[in-house]
Amino acid sequence: MAEIVSLADAVAAAVRDGDAVAMEGFTHLIPFAAGHEVIRQGRRDLTLIRMTPDVIYDQLIGAGCASKLIFSWGGNPGVGSLHRFRDAVENGWPGPLRLEEHSHAGMANRYAAGAAGVPFAVLRGYRGTGLEGLPGLDGRPSVRPITCPFTGETLTAVAALTPDVAVIHAQRADRLGNVQLWGITGVQKEAVLSARRAVVTVEEIVPELRPQPGAIVLPGWAVDYVAEVPGGAHPSYTAGYSQRDNDYYVAWDAISRERESFRRWLETDVFALAGTAGGVSEGDSGS
Amino acid sequence: MNAPGAAVTGGGAFTADEMMTACAARALRDGMTCFVGIGLPSVAANLARATHAPSLVLVYESGTIGAKPGRLPLSVGDGVLAETADAVVSVPEIFNYWLQAGRIDVGFLGAAQLDRFGNINTTVIGPSYAEPKVRLPGAGGAPEIAASCREVIVVLRQTPRSFVERVDFVTSVGFGEGPGHRERLGLTGAGPRKVITDLGILEPDPETCELTLTGVFPGVEVADVEARTGWDLAVSGSLDVLSSPSEAELTALRALQATIPAHERAA
Repeated sequence: MAEIVSLADAVAAAVRDGDAVAMEGFTHLIPFAAGHEVIRQGRRDLTLIRMTPDVIYDQLIGAGCASKLIFSWGGNPGVGSLHRFRDAVENGWPGPLRLEEHSHAGMANRYAAGAAGVPFAVLRGYRGTGLEGLPGLDGRPSVRPITCPFTGETLTAVAALTPDVAVIHAQRADRLGNVQLWGITGVQKEAVLSARRAVVTVEEIVPELRPQPGAIVLPGWAVDYVAEVPGGAHPSYTAGYSQRDNDYYVAWDAISRERESFRRWLETDVFALAGTAGGVSEGDSGS
Repeated sequence: MNAPGAAVTGGGAFTADEMMTACAARALRDGMTCFVGIGLPSVAANLARATHAPSLVLVYESGTIGAKPGRLPLSVGDGVLAETADAVVSVPEIFNYWLQAGRIDVGFLGAAQLDRFGNINTTVIGPSYAEPKVRLPGAGGAPEIAASCREVIVVLRQTPRSFVERVDFVTSVGFGEGPGHRERLGLTGAGPRKVITDLGILEPDPETCELTLTGVFPGVEVADVEARTGWDLAVSGSLDVLSSPSEAELTALRALQATIPAHERAA
């Protein structure tokens, strides 16, 4: 059964140095507050996993939390490059970052295989691309051709993802830790079920979950820690609770471009907020 | 759009980017299912829906099927897409059941580099993957969009740096090494049908699969296109001069662009 705890306690208990950590949320419901708590607690040598390592992983990479990244698209959506990610890959700052690179379809299927408890998933994909020849983090390919045992057709196998911990943000949970999320739900269910441990931040903890069209419910016994963090997806959004802060994504381009401006942002917008409820400041909420 | 440096063609009434967007919108037929990326493809698809293709089905990789946004979405997961969609499904479902299974007519892709066979690079610039000169965002949904949509339309501005003899990395396969390669790889879609740039349109030669200039925008000379192509460009014997955007197209396009703040418009 999920424990209802503070964000700081959830991260302290669930995320350890050297872990493989999947923070998911496809544009919507990105667990930014939890990411900032991981930075504050000084986690190191993480293998970060995420389909779209956008601004949230730019922040973790720049803060020196990660040594490896498994991903399929690393940009600032609608804005441009991720400067901290590029500085790590192109110049090894603040440390080298090893990559395991896939397509979205491949990543989604890898999570689904992990959630289903099988070692790989099969898809039509990767054939003829440079991605199928790339080594994975262990030096061996994580994409291999496979022959269908029924038709003889050549398809593609991708290795399952089994993170140590998954971190997501959701709309609501009840006091037993049953979690409800809706709107664009991305790959969060698969990420949680593929991981050994799961942390969920929620907008609010309610006495009883009301049925909601299109909602996913993750039972409390499939989740380890739930923390109430209103606004915990900011600058992304939470359907029914908040709007996406598009100006933040634009502003991030300038903040992240230089190491010095990024360091100042870490001090004022992450470290200075230690001990605040969810770690979300007033000044953090641009619009 | 009015991007800085955008060339003005056709007497200054519209920009090259507006011409490119109108041209991309015209390539979409009413009732098609269209897999849409953010930026220029999304602007073009929404322009088509606002003009000649009101029943165009917009599918975004966030899992929104049949989205009908009243303004331009700012990301593939913009709330307006989920609120106006016929259905919202998970990311594994959108790729496996809808894209991979062959339910999407047309995919719209951008590129950092493109070669004469329509192969696309959005991964790294430079000879070495391990030590790239420029690290680009990577694949996203593009490899499977390029593989599985019935056809693909590529939209990008034309420069000698983007139109290269060989892409530094094959992120998404066009026609691979040439005729028959897609079939040998088992790719189910037909591949690129049109490449639309800020100068004109290239289409694959039916025999050689090589991208061939088949249309230019008003005021653009073949030599202008050759000068911005990094290979010996094939030119169709029956080259079209494409019609300028109509008043209706320009009005609809500018109304769409006005729905989002200037600093957040598709670059």
